[in-house]
Amino acid sequence: MMIEVRNLQKKFGALEVLRGVTFSVAKGEAITIIGISGGGKSILLKHLIGLITPDSGEIHIDGQNIAGMDERQLMPVRRKFGMLFQGAALFDSMTVEENVAFILSRERTSSPAEIAQRVAEVLELVGLNGIQKKKPAELSGGMRKRVGLARAVIYHPEILLYDEPTTGLDPIASDSIDQLIIRVVEKLQVTSIAVTHDMRSARRIGQRILMLHEGRIYADQTPEEIFQSTDPVIYRFVNGIADLKEHHPV
Amino acid sequence: MTTMAKQFAEEWFGGLGRGTLLCRDIAVSLFLAKPKWRDVLYQMYFIGVKSQSVVAITGAFTGMVLCAQTYFQFHKIKMDTATLAVVSVGMGSELGPVLAGLMVAGRVGAAIAAELGTMRVTEQIDALRTLAAHPVDYLVVPRFLATLLVMPLLTAGSVCVGILAGYLVAVFLLGINPTYIWYNMLHYTHLNDMLTGMIKTFIFGAIIAVVACYKGLTCPQGAEGVGRATTEAVVYSSITILISNFFLTMLLNRWLP
Repeated sequence: MMIEVRNLQKKFGALEVLRGVTFSVAKGEAITIIGISGGGKSILLKHLIGLITPDSGEIHIDGQNIAGMDERQLMPVRRKFGMLFQGAALFDSMTVEENVAFILSRERTSSPAEIAQRVAEVLELVGLNGIQKKKPAELSGGMRKRVGLARAVIYHPEILLYDEPTTGLDPIASDSIDQLIIRVVEKLQVTSIAVTHDMRSARRIGQRILMLHEGRIYADQTPEEIFQSTDPVIYRFVNGIADLKEHHPV
Repeated sequence: MTTMAKQFAEEWFGGLGRGTLLCRDIAVSLFLAKPKWRDVLYQMYFIGVKSQSVVAITGAFTGMVLCAQTYFQFHKIKMDTATLAVVSVGMGSELGPVLAGLMVAGRVGAAIAAELGTMRVTEQIDALRTLAAHPVDYLVVPRFLATLLVMPLLTAGSVCVGILAGYLVAVFLLGINPTYIWYNMLHYTHLNDMLTGMIKTFIFGAIIAVVACYKGLTCPQGAEGVGRATTEAVVYSSITILISNFFLTMLLNRWLP
């Protein structure tokens, strides 16, 4: 297994966000984690890359338990990951080119010409070649996410994490991001985990869907099974029903 | 009341502990990770060059006021020509480092806390970490080294401008004999007075960088959080400078009498 999470628990003050999350992801698999807003999906995702330390439980990445590691021990593990943040989290003091080339420039193993070539390639992959000199403030939300994705894939990570990749985007921009994620997963053959509450997106980008409910993995099924489920919790979430009693199917 | 006191104590000691851990991380980073001198130079430009005018103006007017006040008192006991010596010792060992420290804390401390705080709330620091860059290596150490290196230079500039401004006031406004005040200044100002001030500047620089970076890196969420972190960075670093100055004065005057 590429990722194996066992009995992961996390509390913030009195609030129990994760109450024993257990799941695993095979190499090359694309999964989606769904659940209500504020339900702990992003917290779970940040645990996988060591941005948050769990209270208890184990997180195995490629056989290595990262749960007790400190920041410096985590650095080589994080090299296996690429992450697309909800707001893209581009460095606003840098140009697009500097953002995308960040990790290569720091490693100093490639020449400036090689770095520029790689930047152009990944920007081409996300359909944005030619905007190298622009600043993040000059880009639209969808473009920022594409640049964020380019930055995450430039060093060929083995695992890609997407935190709400389509949140805040219009349906067309959301569709293009979905297509892009599918293309990246197919082209780069990476393991991918996306967190979303956009059901259309979840259905398209995940081979398997995990539903996080009340701090635990409530369901672990294929997209078809999730969409055909009659389980009230899953049915309500998938169909966006606040109260089943007041629900009047169209 | 007890709950409030407990919460305050928890926050205070927790903050002190986290600040100490940041100092440890800086020390570890200085040994383990080679500092990127390009980043340090950029920060030196921002912290040092851009603060020059503020610190020089502060030094000039402090030197002028100190000169005038000293003259008004010394004139009563016919010690007019010792005026510039007081300005020189006062500026070199106390006022220069403290006022430069306070001005840099206000200008640079606020900017560092606001920049890092904004990076934190917009997840840019998390993004750095996912890109296998340690925030202390990448963000804190260059600012720490830059502040440490530019503070003595800024202070030296401020002290020189202060003495020069004091000299001009003494000679051209107060009519004191230039030869005697210059001679007395050189006679009564010792190397240790200047050394005391320079040692202080390194410590004040470290205080400003650590407090501002700590406040930025632990900034609460939202615009209000960034505002609070910025204010606290200036207030805490200024107060720490003033308190530590007293203890440093006592300590350094024993070591360098």
